[in-house]
Amino acid sequence: MKFLVCISKVPDTTSKIGFTDNNSKFNEAGVQFIVNPYDEWYALVRALELKEANGGSVTIITVGEQSDEPVMRKALAIGADEAVRINAKSDDSFFIAKQIAEYAKNNSFDVVLCGKETINFNSAQVPATIAELLDMPLVSLATKLDINGNTATLERDVQGGSEVVEVQTPFVLSAAKGMAEQRIPNMKGIMMARSKPLNVVEPVSVEAHTEILSYELPSGKTECKYVEADKMDELIELLHNEAKVI
Amino acid sequence: METTTKQALKGGEFLVKESKAENVFIPEEFGEEQRMIAQTCKDYVSQEVFPNLDAVDEQQEGLVEGLLKKAGELGILGVHIPEQYGGFGKDFVTEMLVAESLGDAHSTSVALMAHMGIGTLPILYYGNEEQKKKYIPKLSNGEWAAAYCLTEPGSGSDANSGKTKAVLSEDGKNWILNGQKMWITNAGFADVFTVFAKIDDDKNLSAFIVEKGFEGITLNAEEKKMGIKGSSTRQVFFNNCVVPLENQLGEREIGFKIALNILNVGRVKLGAAVLGACKKVISNAVNYSNERSQFGRPISKYGAIRFKLAEQCIRTFAMESALYRASKNIQDKIAELESEGMTHEKAQLKGVEEYAAECAIMKVLGSEVLDYVADEGVQIYGGMGYSAEAPMDRAYRDARINRIFEGSNEINRMLIVDMLLKRAMKGQLDLMGPATKVAGELMSVPSSDDEDLGMFSDLKKNVKNFKKSALMVAGAAVQKLMQTLSKEQEILMNVADMLIDIYAAESIILRVEKLIELKGEDAVKEQVDMMNVFVYDMADRINKYGKDAINSFAEGDEQRMMLMGLKRFTKVEPLNIKEARQRIAAKLINENKYCF
Ligand SMILES: Cc1cc2nc3c(=O)[nH]c(=O)nc-3n(C[C@H](O)[C@H](O)[C@H](O)COP(=O)(O)OP(=O)(O)OC[C@H]3O[C@@H](n4cnc5c(N)ncnc54)[C@H](O)[C@@H]3O)c2cc1C
Repeated sequence: MKFLVCISKVPDTTSKIGFTDNNSKFNEAGVQFIVNPYDEWYALVRALELKEANGGSVTIITVGEQSDEPVMRKALAIGADEAVRINAKSDDSFFIAKQIAEYAKNNSFDVVLCGKETINFNSAQVPATIAELLDMPLVSLATKLDINGNTATLERDVQGGSEVVEVQTPFVLSAAKGMAEQRIPNMKGIMMARSKPLNVVEPVSVEAHTEILSYELPSGKTECKYVEADKMDELIELLHNEAKVI
Repeated sequence: METTTKQALKGGEFLVKESKAENVFIPEEFGEEQRMIAQTCKDYVSQEVFPNLDAVDEQQEGLVEGLLKKAGELGILGVHIPEQYGGFGKDFVTEMLVAESLGDAHSTSVALMAHMGIGTLPILYYGNEEQKKKYIPKLSNGEWAAAYCLTEPGSGSDANSGKTKAVLSEDGKNWILNGQKMWITNAGFADVFTVFAKIDDDKNLSAFIVEKGFEGITLNAEEKKMGIKGSSTRQVFFNNCVVPLENQLGEREIGFKIALNILNVGRVKLGAAVLGACKKVISNAVNYSNERSQFGRPISKYGAIRFKLAEQCIRTFAMESALYRASKNIQDKIAELESEGMTHEKAQLKGVEEYAAECAIMKVLGSEVLDYVADEGVQIYGGMGYSAEAPMDRAYRDARINRIFEGSNEINRMLIVDMLLKRAMKGQLDLMGPATKVAGELMSVPSSDDEDLGMFSDLKKNVKNFKKSALMVAGAAVQKLMQTLSKEQEILMNVADMLIDIYAAESIILRVEKLIELKGEDAVKEQVDMMNVFVYDMADRINKYGKDAINSFAEGDEQRMMLMGLKRFTKVEPLNIKEARQRIAAKLINENKYCF
């Protein structure tokens, strides 16, 4: 079974977020980058577990620049067999999905795994767009994945509970918390990562569908008001007249 | 392998020669693989150790042992072990980075350090091929845990005075060990013990590899300790313990030498481990000071708190600069010796030995910086600093041991001076020449000093003058007191304190200079502030140490002249240190974590 796992580089969660160029660009100075946790902890690790159990291969793919290679090598250190970098920088979900779909189309993978979203842009659009472009089924927000022959059984989060889905390969999934557990790359993996193939592929020409005009930080924390548990009228009054949300 | 920096100073030479920034290594130069290894260690600590801190301190059965095994599975225990013995053969600087990255793991850190250092290294460095093949792979992958038995109830700092005895069995096939060891880290679960004992009536120790399964070993209960409560510390008794002849480690009577050489490595490594602990404490402290409000504002807005935060950073940054500078010097020396045909293990020992004084400096400096950082960490947390529910309580208690083990800080201070003097006597280091020159300078009219030392020329001149202060004091003390100097411990402490400060100050200047070349001045403004404050502050310290020493042995004209010289040598330009510290604190507060 051939797995393709989409990997994205994101700022470490403790990074100080700031912008440059009139708030139109993210300020990367001093920021430590990591593999997007949904991609790494869930999608990649589950793909590796299935490969280790049943054989096959795990390829990771990133649409990014050379500065993305350290996080790609981390994915290799965790255990992926090879890496592909589509040599382009973009914040546009369609552009990214199209590049990945083009590569996938030519290399026939059985399962394309994405994280459910990146923790910096949270657009959650890439998995669905890839599926559409490849004309494959998408199972989104999957928390469990098992594969038997060409049939995959997945569990996915739905409002208030979960749903079990069966799908035939090839298909695309977006992984949510629960699919696997974080793996710390071991020394052997780290040393092997250097000699695993990391192929750089030039992008196909695609027009971006969106452009980011500006960013804004959330306003600072506001005060927390406590209302006694038995004073529901007061709560409703506050929600109506002070917070003006109902 | 990298090419070695040819112009690197020899051990102890920092006191009499200047270094160039391009010849020092700074932590900002770590490569991708090194960063990845460090991250693996940090992930291990945050995922495996942090959720278990209380359980570890309660000595939950098997927990630390399991954590050690887990580190072994990840390869962490074998980073510095040569590949032919199951390790990953990484260099000395990476070994230090691993120690730093595990350094905030409290008791578990002590267990890991003891295993990888004093537990494993005696066998790796002094074992014969069979011994290395038998033990090192299992120690490297965590299958076996190791301990080191040197200290006895009556033999601590005076380590060669141990009473544990080894005699040949009647059939001549085994050594029979009898004696009592104390304060043995990892004793509770160790599979392999390096035990120091005297054969028959020898004057000096010999060393033995003893397995848990050998007959005649018993353990006392766990010691009840102030801190590192989760680290197993027990007495170990040997009652007619039967050790096969082939388990003697190294030649007869070289045990004390083994012990000392292993401690050299342990000392610089302790400096690395405490660095990791410092960074964690600072991150917690700044985060708390941003969250905690009093009088309507976060306490991080108050100058008294900002002073503490800045000072924690300055000292940590200085210590880190010295640590990686020394580590790279050691690594280059190792590479040089290996290229001359020495075995890796031997080169490793000799490389560290060359810089033994710097190792002792790192031990004292590191442990005392951590104590300061942890103490002010408690203070910044206020009442919560005193609460066992918050992290500072454990940080404070666990920090304290570092000034005691691996040779107490008093012993290490004396060693710093002693090792430099010994190198001078052996002709490996010219101290007398420069000291005589300084003495001559005292008699002459101060010439106007327009020498250009490149970037930060003034600060470098300050440090040059601090070196002159130390040379003046040490040189005069040696002349005046001759053989009795080794008994004048107060003076030795003064000189050691000067040397420690000088090494740190020079390291921080060289690091900042290199940083500016790498990143540009704008990116490292706070580092420049840290350097400026450190040098400004230490001028008064050097003056005080020097004065105390001079007044302890000199009189009359000589005393007056030296005090005048000292005053001249410790003069620095005024600096608005309040504003400088404010800027350092502001950066830290903004980032909400240690960020330098
Ligand atoms: C938690 C813990 C773990 C340890 N782990 C190990 C281990 O794994 N293996 C092992 O072998 N040992 C271990 N030790 C022992 C440790 O190395 C010794 O405690 C240390 O060397 C000091 O020896 P001591 O306790 O006998 O103190 P002492 O030597 O009695 O020293 C007491 C005080 O006197 C000072 N002093 C001693 N001699 C002189 C002198 N000549 N001049 C001036 N001052 C002097 C010391 O600096 C100290 O301040 C451990 C100790 C502790 C507390």
